[in-house]
Amino acid sequence: MSQKIKDATIPTIPLGARIQRWIGRNLIRIYAIFAFTYLFIPVAYTFVFSFNDAGKSNLIWQAFTFKNWQNPCGAPEVCNALGNSIKIGFLATFFATILGTMIAFAIGRHNFKGRSASNLLIFLPMATPEIVLGASLLSLFLVFKINPGFWPTVIAHIVFCISFVVVTVKARIASLDPRLEQAAMDLYANEFETFRRVTLPLVAPGIAGAALLAFSLSFDDFIITNFNSGTLTTFPKFIYVSAARGIPAQANVIGSAMFFLALALVIVGQLVNRRKVR
Amino acid sequence: MGKNRTPYLLLLPGFGFLFTFFILPIINLAQTSTQTKIAGGDTGQYEQTLHFRNYIDAFVENKDQFGRSFLFATISTLLALAIAYPLAYAIAFKSGKYKNLLLVLVVAPFFTSFLLRTIAWKQILGEEGFVVPTLRSLGIISQSTTLTSTSFAVVMGMTYNFLPFMTLPLFASIDRIDPRTLEASGDLYANGYTTFRKVTLPLSMPGVVAGTLLTFIPAAGDYVNASILGDPTTKMIGNVIESRFFKIVDYPTAAALSFTLMAAILILVTLYIRKAGTEELV
Amino acid sequence: MAKASIDARGDLRLTRLTKTYGDFTAVDDLSLTIQKGSFFALLGPSGCGKTTTLRMIAGLEEPTAGSIHLGETDITTTKPYQRPINTVFQNYALFPHLTIFENIAFGLRRRGQKDVKEAVEKVLNLVELPHLAQRKPTQLSGGQQQRIALARAIVNRPALLLLDEPLGALDLKLRRQMQIELKWIQKEVGLTFVHVTHDQEEAMTMADTIAVMNEGQIEQMGSPADLYDNPETAYVANFLGQSNLIKGTISGNDGDSLVVDLYGQKISLPKSRSHAVDNSTYAGIRPEKFRISLLETPVRGNVLSGGRIEDVSYIGVSTQYQVEMPWGQELMVFEQNDDGVAPFNKGDAVNISWEPTFTFALRGDEDVTAGSEVQPEDLDEE
Repeated sequence: MSQKIKDATIPTIPLGARIQRWIGRNLIRIYAIFAFTYLFIPVAYTFVFSFNDAGKSNLIWQAFTFKNWQNPCGAPEVCNALGNSIKIGFLATFFATILGTMIAFAIGRHNFKGRSASNLLIFLPMATPEIVLGASLLSLFLVFKINPGFWPTVIAHIVFCISFVVVTVKARIASLDPRLEQAAMDLYANEFETFRRVTLPLVAPGIAGAALLAFSLSFDDFIITNFNSGTLTTFPKFIYVSAARGIPAQANVIGSAMFFLALALVIVGQLVNRRKVR
Repeated sequence: MGKNRTPYLLLLPGFGFLFTFFILPIINLAQTSTQTKIAGGDTGQYEQTLHFRNYIDAFVENKDQFGRSFLFATISTLLALAIAYPLAYAIAFKSGKYKNLLLVLVVAPFFTSFLLRTIAWKQILGEEGFVVPTLRSLGIISQSTTLTSTSFAVVMGMTYNFLPFMTLPLFASIDRIDPRTLEASGDLYANGYTTFRKVTLPLSMPGVVAGTLLTFIPAAGDYVNASILGDPTTKMIGNVIESRFFKIVDYPTAAALSFTLMAAILILVTLYIRKAGTEELV
Repeated sequence: MAKASIDARGDLRLTRLTKTYGDFTAVDDLSLTIQKGSFFALLGPSGCGKTTTLRMIAGLEEPTAGSIHLGETDITTTKPYQRPINTVFQNYALFPHLTIFENIAFGLRRRGQKDVKEAVEKVLNLVELPHLAQRKPTQLSGGQQQRIALARAIVNRPALLLLDEPLGALDLKLRRQMQIELKWIQKEVGLTFVHVTHDQEEAMTMADTIAVMNEGQIEQMGSPADLYDNPETAYVANFLGQSNLIKGTISGNDGDSLVVDLYGQKISLPKSRSHAVDNSTYAGIRPEKFRISLLETPVRGNVLSGGRIEDVSYIGVSTQYQVEMPWGQELMVFEQNDDGVAPFNKGDAVNISWEPTFTFALRGDEDVTAGSEVQPEDLDEE
């Protein structure tokens, strides 16, 4: 009925003009959908091929199977590589977060001689191509006769993670109202209590974000790792090396699982955050 | 007194670390770059002879790869900007309550290893994938044309891999723009295009600068896309450095190339920041 | 637990207090005493040094020179958390990660006080918001946040409560209401309040004593009525309300009065209200003290004749006139609308008269525009 009334009272606009208008209004949305499609095609491909009953070479679709998901460690080396990546990721994240947070507090909270030089030192590792970072660190290790391997890789990862931690935490500190800390001091909290009860809780989300960023950078790094890990295999290295003879479908399983795990973590985190605000 | 020492104490461990494992290696690399082979020595044995010709030799020998690195990096940075700007704009202004979700989706592909995704592209665009046969049967490309092992594939892969680095800073910048300034511009007789050029773009400039840098720098030093999606004719300077290091064990040339690459990037970045007129980066 | 190591009470005494930032002197050799239990206002435009003074009292800035005493105790260099002084911050500075209850309990807990719950509930009742205890600050309206900030400070029973533009973020109506409430709470709890503001009306409504600050110094200090009726400088005359300042020469001395020649017309004023140092002076009269009369109407007191109405604005409670005088100056006159319609029209030739006791005299070398071009709306002071 309402349809009828509409037809009767509103002068109709020609269909062509209506379509044109709709496109004009939604052009940018259509564009965004295409961009997202571009972003997700390889993710979807990886996911789909994690169900491929492929045997050795996961190049051509053979048949659907859950086998790979039931036995993700089925391919030789893959879980060993994954374990190394996780260990390196945790260690690098731990140290980079601590060192980076301290630097961020120094730069973000204090005015001192050499502050702009400090900012430059933080910016430089980000402006240095990964291959130069990796190659230079390897040549240093070679000079001191240190064999590439687990700890050199951890050190290399800390180097490139620190800057990202500093930038992330510094941004959070900068958005902090200095009056909150002054209010704490005014309310009988000494420097330590002020830091513990006001500053740290307010900066914590920034530190958590920085740690997450550091872990994902470390976990996914290939170039620097390739230079400094020697014979140690990490997950990205495993994929690169086995690419020539075809990647086992188990790698797709792990890649997809990481994707869903991280997505779930982020979404749960956001929901918790929203509830907290409320 | 103690007050003034605090920042230095906070900086000490981190900067000590960066000095040992970032500055020192760079200095060492500079030092390596002017070495020459020890006469009669084994593979990988070099001595310091301040042989600056290494730079000229390395550059002349690899100028194609240098040129390709900067060309590919520039093209993929521009492509990423063209894709990411409307995307960031749409997320900031047109997504309503789905803003956070869409932002997560931009980052989400990150979590699947970038190598897996790059190899996925190789297989999608490869002979066994569905794209090439489809395009051939439609007559869009000739029967002999391939998509992988081409410059096109390398640039596409780089654009793809660095897209989130472009999108996130752009979003941060655009999201901060008060939509009322855009309405005010319209109110003051600017059409959509003029509003974009005179208001939106200048206000989002910090994001454009940060995004292009975060894309260009890793792209110029990248060799993974070139080696997975390209062929010997698409080699970039990263491939050369890698093979000098591992296959030929020619440390001085690798060091000279690394240094030239870093210097070139730093000079370009400095000029670019000057030109863009923003010092406050990331 | 850090406890306030100082338990001083009594008057607050600032002695030759100075604060410089590089070449800039924010507070310049300032001395004053604030009596225990009083409501004291530091009034001035942005950049006059009032906030810096407040922050030095709170311990958030260290003085470059001078001393601060609370009673007999020197607190010049003690840490903010050692002083029995609390602050209501501009924009409140409530901790966003803590509930209202924990915000208020913060200071009590730091001092290891017992009966926290009871004290918090009591103060929440005082500010009439007991139902908000478990909310977060972002869920409160501006007026509610303001009261919580006040509660968080007074629950500690400080010797001194500092208020830094506490009402600046509220709208006009709420501000008026809070002014009355603040005054009431101050009486109720009997604490010393030091209130920093750029709003002269706010200072006059609440404070017992006002110090008008200008360029790091106290320009004049006194009760609101003193400052308004007998300003000592053009700055105070213009910053507190509006003034007509007319150039003149002191031409006679008549017991308790002075005779002043204003462009050939003689007026008189009480000697006690003259701050002139030689014969050159500015005579000052507040606009509402003037009376306008048509030429033929007989008048008493001081009279200036030869005026012409240039502009009339009717604003409800009063009508404001601009009257051009023979020497070219335009005088401002506010007439109460207590007898019906506005009786004068643009172009009318009039005389202006007033009671001699309403006149004050400033030094003749003053800048007559001082204090009038400052924008009270410039809120953000660093």
